[in-house]
Amino acid sequence: MNAFFAIIHREVLLVLRRKSEALTVLFFFLIVTSLFPLGIGADVALLRKIAPGVIWVAALLSTILGLQRLFASDYADGTLEQMALSPTPFVLLVGGKITAHWLLCGLPLVFLAPFIGIQFDLDLETLRTLILALLLGTPILSLIGAIGAALTLGVRGGGVLLSLLVLPLYIPVLIFGAGAVFATSAGLDVGGHFSLLAALLVLAIAFAPWATTAALRIAIE
Amino acid sequence: MIWNSVAEFFVMGGYALYVWSSFGMCALILIGELWAVRSRRKVVVQRLQRQIHAEKLDKEENH
Amino acid sequence: MNIMHSSSSGRYLNWFSFSSPATFYPLAARLTPFFWGLSILFGIVGLWISFFVAPADAVQGDGYRIIFIHVPASWMSMVIYMAMAMWAALGLIFNTRLSAMMAQALAPTGALMAFLSLWTGAFWGKPMWGAWWVWDARLTSELILLFLFLGFMALQASIDDPRRADKAGAILALVGVVNVPIIYFSVTWWNTLHQGASVSMSKAPAMAHTMLWGMLLMTMCFWMYTIALALMRVRAIILERESHSDWVKTLKELRA
Repeated sequence: MNAFFAIIHREVLLVLRRKSEALTVLFFFLIVTSLFPLGIGADVALLRKIAPGVIWVAALLSTILGLQRLFASDYADGTLEQMALSPTPFVLLVGGKITAHWLLCGLPLVFLAPFIGIQFDLDLETLRTLILALLLGTPILSLIGAIGAALTLGVRGGGVLLSLLVLPLYIPVLIFGAGAVFATSAGLDVGGHFSLLAALLVLAIAFAPWATTAALRIAIE
Repeated sequence: MIWNSVAEFFVMGGYALYVWSSFGMCALILIGELWAVRSRRKVVVQRLQRQIHAEKLDKEENH
Repeated sequence: MNIMHSSSSGRYLNWFSFSSPATFYPLAARLTPFFWGLSILFGIVGLWISFFVAPADAVQGDGYRIIFIHVPASWMSMVIYMAMAMWAALGLIFNTRLSAMMAQALAPTGALMAFLSLWTGAFWGKPMWGAWWVWDARLTSELILLFLFLGFMALQASIDDPRRADKAGAILALVGVVNVPIIYFSVTWWNTLHQGASVSMSKAPAMAHTMLWGMLLMTMCFWMYTIALALMRVRAIILERESHSDWVKTLKELRA
């Protein structure tokens, strides 16, 4: 277990030394969400309606941006191979990296979201649902995205290919996450949405680290 | 026979554009894929023939 | 000596001895005409039923005949994805190149079936419900399936090392296969939530006996076609990937 936390500690330290890497993801999130009102017009009622979808899609895209860095630098300097050869189970170390990715790329989105929600004139109840849904959803995005990052490691055109592979897999999270926010704004019950999101999270935690580890081994050998 | 004339068959009760675009695209895909696979095979066969011929000439040269 | 039998879903018998590209190559050549023959046979009977036996629908007139392409294409796109994932999994588990090549051979046909399903869906939807595209659960799922096929093909095309491409593609296909039911469920859920227009592709005409037969026969036609084409394509892939081996160099058809 120590190795797991050691990896997280390492990842956080590395990013803190190059803060720009994590900050660019957040700025991307802010900019993309601002584009929609600029493109569609400032009709408040309309913005309130599209807010769940816009914020969630921006979250998906921002997560994918952050995924490209997940394994790339360790792969390039041989650290990933060392991790694979170490006595600690590789899957544990990979799990640590994914958790760190969520802490650095996903959790900040959860904190930023309410401010964007206010820009789109969402009420308090809806904002609360938004935060909770993103809290459940962003780990799923990191977990599934890690599989894609591992598969496209060191591959030509990796960034765009990663998006093509991962975005279809993100669709259920998008549907339930944005659906939950939309339901709250319409005054409907969100129990179902959250149960489904939680189920997806459990599934992702159960399978994604293993799939990612298998894909990494294929990339390394 | 449910069609009273050949013309009626082609008109498809007014839905000609939609029905024939669908069946047409189907035929296009089926034939197009076949053509593509045959052409892929021809490319690799020709490449291999040239390669084998070149190796044979190489061997003869070195004797 | 283990013998791997195919299940009833149209895959051929596959002894381990045939899992080497060298022995499979001539076998595939012998099987191909057989499947073409079946495909043409089913196609002729299926088309005959589609056009000359099935009567015009009370509501949709003759426009409904598109289902004789649309439904078989949809079914085939899903069957092919399952088959592709199965071959990829076999390749991963048993580390056999040929299984992975088979998955590679199936992918383009699957993508084209998904595309055909979407195309015919649009041409059916326009006259019936007034729109070229409706965000109905099944059409949307079909669109996502197309993306999954394209992703598989793109990943394999981008990786230079063929064995790495095989294995990475296999993992992607398996992740996809697990996700397909989840995606379908979530899209159905989404569709009922945002009940805009109450149109649905599943409001097809009540199935008369002949219509079902027509769809079934056209599906068999597409299935036999897929197998024939996959066998042809895998032979080309085998030549491409095994070009340095002795058995390829001594092939009769390559004597210039």
